[in-house]
Amino acid sequence: MQRIEDRVIDEQLKSELSRQGIFATSLQELYNWGRRSSLWPLNFGLACCAIEMIATTMARYDLARFGAEVFRPSPRQADLMIVAGTVTKKMAPQVVRLYNQMPEPKYVISMGACAISGGPFKQGYNVLKGIDRYIPVDIYIPGCPPRPEALIDAFLALQKKIDAQHLTGAARPRHLNADQPSEFVVPQFGKHDLEPPKNSELWKAPLVQITTGETTGAAMPGGQP
Amino acid sequence: MIVEPIVESIQVAVPGATLEIMPNPSPSAQHSIVVDAAHAVAVAAHLRDATGLQFDYCTNVTGVDWLPKETSTTTKVKKMVDGVEQEVAEVTKTTTPGFLEVVYHLYSIVLRHGPLVLRMRTLDREHTHLPSLTPVWRSAEFQEREIFDLYGVRFDGHPDLRRLLMWDEFTDHPMRRDYVDPDDYEYEPTAHGEVLERAREHQEGATP
Repeated sequence: MQRIEDRVIDEQLKSELSRQGIFATSLQELYNWGRRSSLWPLNFGLACCAIEMIATTMARYDLARFGAEVFRPSPRQADLMIVAGTVTKKMAPQVVRLYNQMPEPKYVISMGACAISGGPFKQGYNVLKGIDRYIPVDIYIPGCPPRPEALIDAFLALQKKIDAQHLTGAARPRHLNADQPSEFVVPQFGKHDLEPPKNSELWKAPLVQITTGETTGAAMPGGQP
Repeated sequence: MIVEPIVESIQVAVPGATLEIMPNPSPSAQHSIVVDAAHAVAVAAHLRDATGLQFDYCTNVTGVDWLPKETSTTTKVKKMVDGVEQEVAEVTKTTTPGFLEVVYHLYSIVLRHGPLVLRMRTLDREHTHLPSLTPVWRSAEFQEREIFDLYGVRFDGHPDLRRLLMWDEFTDHPMRRDYVDPDDYEYEPTAHGEVLERAREHQEGATP
């Protein structure tokens, strides 16, 4: 059986047809156009990043230009979760539960330093070190807080990402892949930390080379100068 | 605030109260009064109600964790060493137990004076009961809950002593000096100091 991407209409033929008044498209293009052009975010903010998110939706930055003005107050009507702000360990289970209640296809933007890694509160006793330990994140925006332009850029990046997705094949979206999970484990309040402290199937610690300012050989053995 | 007349006034009004002035050597000279737990509520009520004091407003309640302190004193002692009398320095170590402290900052809105710094101390870091001053100053309620949450001070007489910031199932007290935070140092791209050490331990365990 031929795969859909192999049967995509020739670009030249398509533009020739459109000049003749015939509109030709593929189901994949139509489906992706529909998904990317009406991303409805969940109306939900956690800290100061939420103020920037609100500013983005208002007249000055006007997120409505990109089809994302309808902030839904219910997860069941939302496509996009913008994790805007510090995720405390006390709030993390609720964030994951809200994400689980959103219908597929759904996307996550991790907005700001705190939502990415814990930010300035990373070593605190009460702050989660990044929401990607529990839910899959599509776009990360650095900043403290990121400016509205950065959030708009993240929107455009997400739209590009959706546009480039094939509906078949190994890289197809999660909701079209029966093997992929549709729900993620909601952490429980434990005696010392959240249980589990991270979703091990989802989040693996990136391998980083720890670098410091120390130069090798600075500490000489035997007290020699 | 000059605390000496206030201390005298308390001693007249609340007989038996053990009071201690803790001097503050900094230019602010905010000397504080350490009050014993048994008479704390009576002292607080006196500070609030007595004419001339009328500390009707408690702005701030906070906690301090004092670890056990080891002090060593060196004394020279004459001793017989190998049949010869020699002077030997002998070190004696004394350990003062640690304790938890609660600090109240009081102002008078009526008389426009303050702050008065009031302190209470627990016996040691295991016996953590102290009287609540919420019945005297209602504004202390949430701050005492916070101290209970973060330091583990049990306030007797508090109307609603629950954790404020952490969840109810949590058993630790994160602001105590000996608190050990959960070991989640798998990914520390810009680590330094203590964090660097803990991140390295993780990496050594993870490398194949």
